[in-house]
Order: sequence, then C-alpha cells, then structure tokens
Amino acid sequence: MIEAVTVVDPPTPVEEIALLREVSLRTPGESRVEMCIQCGTCGGSCPSGSAMDHTPRALFAMLRAGMREEVLKSNTPWMCVSCYYCTVRCPQDIHITDVMYTLKNMSLEAKLYNPTAADFSKTFIGMVETFGRGFEIGLAGLQNVRHFITRLPNLAPMAIGFLTKKGMSPIPPKRIKGMNQLKSILKRAKELEIV
Amino acid sequence: MSDYIYYPGCSMDSSAKAYQESVEAVCGPLGIGLKEIDDWNCCGATEYFSLDLIPAYSLIARNLALAEEQANGNKNLIATCSACYLNLVKADHYMHTDKVLGSKVNEALAAGSMHYTPGKLAIRHLLDVVVNEIGLDKVKERVVKPLTGLRVAPYIGCMLPRPDYTARYSDTEYPNELDDLLRALGAEVIYFPLKSHCCGGHMTQIGPDTAFEMIRRIISAADQFNADVIAAVCPMCQMNLDAFQGQMNSHFKTKYNIPILYFTQLMGIAFGETPENLGFGSEFVSAREAMGRIGVETPEPTTQGAPPKRVKPTGLPMPPPLIEEHQSTDQSKEAS
Repeated sequence: MIEAVTVVDPPTPVEEIALLREVSLRTPGESRVEMCIQCGTCGGSCPSGSAMDHTPRALFAMLRAGMREEVLKSNTPWMCVSCYYCTVRCPQDIHITDVMYTLKNMSLEAKLYNPTAADFSKTFIGMVETFGRGFEIGLAGLQNVRHFITRLPNLAPMAIGFLTKKGMSPIPPKRIKGMNQLKSILKRAKELEIV
Repeated sequence: MSDYIYYPGCSMDSSAKAYQESVEAVCGPLGIGLKEIDDWNCCGATEYFSLDLIPAYSLIARNLALAEEQANGNKNLIATCSACYLNLVKADHYMHTDKVLGSKVNEALAAGSMHYTPGKLAIRHLLDVVVNEIGLDKVKERVVKPLTGLRVAPYIGCMLPRPDYTARYSDTEYPNELDDLLRALGAEVIYFPLKSHCCGGHMTQIGPDTAFEMIRRIISAADQFNADVIAAVCPMCQMNLDAFQGQMNSHFKTKYNIPILYFTQLMGIAFGETPENLGFGSEFVSAREAMGRIGVETPEPTTQGAPPKRVKPTGLPMPPPLIEEHQSTDQSKEAS
C-alpha cells in the first residue's frame, strides 16, 4: 500500500529569489529573464553599453544574486536606448528591453534612480499629461537648463534652427479635446498599477 | 484609392513638418488615402514605459480605441514615426498576449468610456504599406524623374525592424525594404552596414557624449561609402542625425556634411513634385548641393531670424582679467 504523501508548502522565497521573481512578474508577457545563460550577447550588441555601469549580462547576474540596491542603483536601465538589438539577438529570447523598463519603474519606486534620465522622462510625461501631446522645444529647453547648463551656448544656434528652419513653435501645443477623458483614463490606470 | 487610418504623432506637426508635407504629397499619387484619427494623443515615446507600466499602455491604447471607433470598416492603421509605430504595435501585442495587462488597460480605458479589442487593427508603418501593399511596380509607374546618380544610404533605424512583433520586415538586423524602394526610384543604394543601428534616441537629452558617438558611427559609415544623402524613415532619426550633426562634428573635430532626408522627400522628387512642396530647405545640413548633383534645385535653408555670424577676432588674444588683478594686488603690496 502506498502511503499518502504530505504536501509541504514551499518556504517563502528568500530575498535573492524574490527580486528575480518580482522583476519577471512585473514585465509584460513572459519576460524569460530567469533563462539567462550569461553569454553576454546583450552587452556585446548594446550601442550605448559604454555608458553603462554594468552590462545587461552583469545586471542579470546581480538580479539573480538578489542584489536589490545595486541593481536598482545601476544606471544601466536608464542608459538603454530601446533599440532592441539585445532582445532580438538573445539566444534565450529574453525580453531584455522590457526588463529594463521594469527595472526603471522599480528604481523610481525605490528612489534609487538616475536623476538626469528620470527627470527627462518625468518632464516629457508631465507635458503629455497636461496637453495630451508632446512639446519638443519646451522639453529640450527645460531638460538642458536643468542638467546641461554649460552646454546652453552650444545649443543656441540649434534652438534658432528649430524655430526658423524647422518652423517649430515655441508655444505649447493646444490641448486635445478629450483631455478630461485622458486624465480619467490615466488616473484609473495609476490606481491599477498599484494593485 | 484605399483608405487608411492615420496616426501622425507629435513630431509630424513640430520638428518633422517636412515629413508630413512629403507624406501628403506622395500618398495621393499612390492611392493611399490617409484619414487622421480625430483627437489622438501622444504615444508616450520611450518615456512613459520608464515611469509606469499600466498608464503607459493606457495612453497608447486610447489611440487604438479611437482608431477602432473611427475605423469605419478599415483595418489598417498607418504610423509614420518608428517610435509611434512600435508603441502602437507593442500595446496591441501585449494586450493580446498578456491577458492581465489587457484587462487592466481596458479597465483604465473604461474610465473614459472607451474600449479596445486587441488584434482588431493591423498596425503598419508607411514604408511597409508602400513596399508590401502598394508594391514597387506601382511606385515605378509613378517615377517621372528617376534619382539616377544619387548615392543614398538606406537608414531604417532600430524600432521599425525590431523587435518586429508582427513579422513584417525581411530581417530584424539587415532588412532590405527601404533599399528596394529607393532602387525603384532610380537611386544608387549604397551598402550600408549600419542601416538598422540606433540614432541615439533620447540620449541627446540625457547623455550627449554617448549620443554623439552613436550619431558619429552612422554618419561616418555613410561617409565611408560615399553617400550623397541618408534616407530616414523616422522623425527622431532625422532629428538626431541632422540637427545634432554640427554638435557631433565639433565634439569629435570632424567635418561631416551629409544631408538627412525623409524617404518620402526622395519619393516626391522622383514623382516629379517640386522640392518646395516636399519640405526641402528645413534641414540643418542643406541638401542643396547633393540634390543639385542630380539636377534638382532645392530651396536654400531658411536663415531668417538667425543672428549675424560673429566675426572671428584677429590678432593676439587679450590677457585674461584675472592676471591683471593679480598683478595690481602684487604691486599694491609692494608699494605698501
């Protein structure tokens, strides 16, 4: 007679595994980040890799090791330009670019983000949430005044070119008609994000 | 004339007016009717994903919901900006494959009395529609002024062929759609190994030195293969390679001078349109000389309002004031 097997609940994941799980769960679709074989194809393909604190491969090793603070402090996700080279080349089909977005979200929550890059995203989206449309001149102006003040003299001829050659308007765009509708959608979306 | 729903995106009305003008000029002759989505909003580019997940997808999905509402039996949604295109495809793809994400986004849309059924629309980039749906034979029929002798670098950029959720391009790294189209226009298409490399995207605003290096790679490759012009399919690519070419040059002490044109501008020239109707003259690096080589006279870039060029000072530089002060204090010390 076969004895009944007692099923024991798995222990609560230790922090090391919890980090990897959290990243994977928060990435849309199946991120497959657990499948990394540390081959380094991602870093070798990355056009902005030279500006990164860690190559994506190293970052994924740190993820597995549960180095939460180091991972979320790394500028690597913020230097990602979303060109998807790593994503299409990864032999394990890991959605690397999407994982980078997840890590950016998490580093903002943990307040460990890269300020120059995060500020740009925030200013951009602040404008979209106000007008419903992007405002390129205003965005570039604000970003450079805040973070690259010494570059402003170099940028002046370009700014003039944008206004004259390209005929861009220095006035913010007109709000879309459905601005209130968009605001309620985004308000609800933000509530759903927390759940 | 078949109708397509059209999502222009913010740049088309701002930095990429030349793209918008030339798109309008070439779509008519090819029988592409563009019906702009009424009251569309920004797609969030690559920035909203960095901040929040559900709001980012909901922002894009409002456009998809509007398109579905206004589709009127049409299925095809055209975008002309690669980033907009990818965002629309990506939202549709993940709403379809990730049911949790899909239902959350629709729950958010419901707060604005909207809904989008994933998979309802076929999201395309204009290049893909021209090459794969209209066909190159139709394009060739329209060519009255072949671009014979113009050496063009086909720069498709990153977000069109990658990650290619809907498998529309011949390759994720070395796609040939743009090459084929330019060849149909009579242009001499150069071998361009960096055709799908990244232009730097938002890097010009967050890490300019990295951006300059990425721009340099593309420009120098085009220069190495003696390109007269680079053809772009995205407002971001055009802006980075064109408007930042000068700054990149001063950063590396180089003298590259390659005009960046939208593929639709080149199509327009081949179709016999006047350069004035195609937004020529709005580029930072003037296309006048390059286009002049094939007998097309494009307008001089507008310089109205630009400050007069500063005359370089001649003779020896003045001594910096700090030294003068220093000396005077020394003297005063000695005197005392």
